[in-house]
Amino acid sequence: MMEPIVKVENLYHTYPEQKVPALDGLSFSVAPESIFGIIGPNGGGKSTTFKILSTLIQPQSGAGTIGGIDVLKSPGKIRSLLGVVFQSPALDKKLTVEENIFHQGHLYGIKGRVLVQKAEFLLRRLGLWEKRNEKTENLSGGQKRRVEITKSLIHNPKILILDEPTTGLDPLARREVWNYLKFLREKEKITILVTTHLLDEAEDCDEIALIDKGKVVCSGRPSQLRSELGGDFVTVKTSQTEILFKKISVNCQTEVKAFGQELRVQPRNISSFVDFLVNDCLTEFDSFTVGKPTLEDLFIDKTGHKFWEESNSSDGEITQ
Amino acid sequence: MNSAQVLTLLPAMSLARRELVRFYRQKARVMGSLGTPIVLWALLGSGLQAAFPGASGETNSGSYLKYFFPGSLMLTVLFTSIFTNISVIEDRNEGFLQGVLVAPVSRVGLVLGKVLGGSLIAVVQGIFFLGLAPLAGFVLSPISIVQVVAAILATSLCLTTIGFIFAWRLDSIQGFHSVMNLLLMPMWLLSGAFFPASRAPWLLKTVIYLNPLTYGFAAIHKGLFSESTTLSEFSYWSALGVELVFVFALGVWALRGVSSNKRG
Repeated sequence: MMEPIVKVENLYHTYPEQKVPALDGLSFSVAPESIFGIIGPNGGGKSTTFKILSTLIQPQSGAGTIGGIDVLKSPGKIRSLLGVVFQSPALDKKLTVEENIFHQGHLYGIKGRVLVQKAEFLLRRLGLWEKRNEKTENLSGGQKRRVEITKSLIHNPKILILDEPTTGLDPLARREVWNYLKFLREKEKITILVTTHLLDEAEDCDEIALIDKGKVVCSGRPSQLRSELGGDFVTVKTSQTEILFKKISVNCQTEVKAFGQELRVQPRNISSFVDFLVNDCLTEFDSFTVGKPTLEDLFIDKTGHKFWEESNSSDGEITQ
Repeated sequence: MNSAQVLTLLPAMSLARRELVRFYRQKARVMGSLGTPIVLWALLGSGLQAAFPGASGETNSGSYLKYFFPGSLMLTVLFTSIFTNISVIEDRNEGFLQGVLVAPVSRVGLVLGKVLGGSLIAVVQGIFFLGLAPLAGFVLSPISIVQVVAAILATSLCLTTIGFIFAWRLDSIQGFHSVMNLLLMPMWLLSGAFFPASRAPWLLKTVIYLNPLTYGFAAIHKGLFSESTTLSEFSYWSALGVELVFVFALGVWALRGVSSNKRG
């Protein structure tokens, strides 16, 4: 196996005036030339991890290397290896696309003909050449994001790290961003590390780390992680959660998890369970779906709560 | 350029250039920084001249309108220098500053770029205002013009650095406005711009001598009046020298703030 290009071990970080740690022993490693997704609900520790890796903050304890260089001891050296794309746009809206790119080049010590040529190459490659003289405030959300990515590539970084790059974008623009990232991974051989709170974006990653409450819940290839859960899941929508919960638990001898007005069951035999629902519980449920295990099922299995719920949600999980 | 210079001077120049481009693309800011002092000079200068003939106390310097001219010039420099630092707060709030902080730019380059950019804008605005000098009755020699521009540069460097120190610590533009108005108006009033410092009571005089703007104003004043004025105890060169010492000390303070402060 190739030596990881990014490696973090036991990162701990608590913000001032906060009791709960933002990171609570976070560890993961990223293979070179791959797309690695850090996926978790809001408040899970994604942005803190991003800030540490991009050298904006230092963790209270733990270790991390990027390209073999210690993140904590040599943040200056790390900075020239990284291309960083923030969640909130780091563009100057009063400057044109090209002026933003040139400014970024100067920040990384690139100037003159080298800068002009590199800027033209990237602007053409990312389909922004026609927009180079437009002020960035006049661009669409998707175009701005592309300028951000172009900007972050001006100094030929080995690793591109992006914090929630698709937040606020429509589905078409989201797809566009992911297509660019895959394109960059293949053509430029860049390692891409991306944080997202969208579980469906895991499918675009080679490997992911699902994180919650500052810890990695599980990590690996998305397909491999899903297969860990085995058989199909049945999700039942009901307004009579407690009655149906008891009924299934008593009659089916299978684990049932309840989240608000939703029950999740992974029966041994799907067809007999569906027969049971249709024949014996017709008045208690509103609808049900049968499907392959998703990453959300895995998240629930590992954390005991839904991806989009607070851990202390009033929904109150009932399991058996 | 070696690598340290590449990561200090090149980003500093780029950051400074960006400040200039941004400023002149926002016409309202250009007009505001120049218009307010012109109106104040014209109204206050002519009004006070009419109300208190001989208020300047200067027998050979003509009207109060003339006496008040360097003070109004100073106000142009002050408004422009200080409020260019709003971009520090905007850059942080809009996320632009994060992009600078994760780049391998030296912190000296960051401070230098922002301060130099703001100062250059203030110098250009100051020169525009200086163009009105003939209307106030000044006949300036080329040497006087060079001296005044150098004094404007030193004063704007001083003021921009003060603005930067506060802007780096504040996250609200309204808060920055309030703090700056609270601090700067007394600094301006006690610089000699409004009334001669040499005739103030001793307590006020002490405050005046501790005020960095006093020396900037004295240098501008001496440059304009070609050393003929007796209202300031300082010579042009001593005032300019003290002002530059203030610039250096404030620059070190700003740099320490950026290096140690986790803001941004």
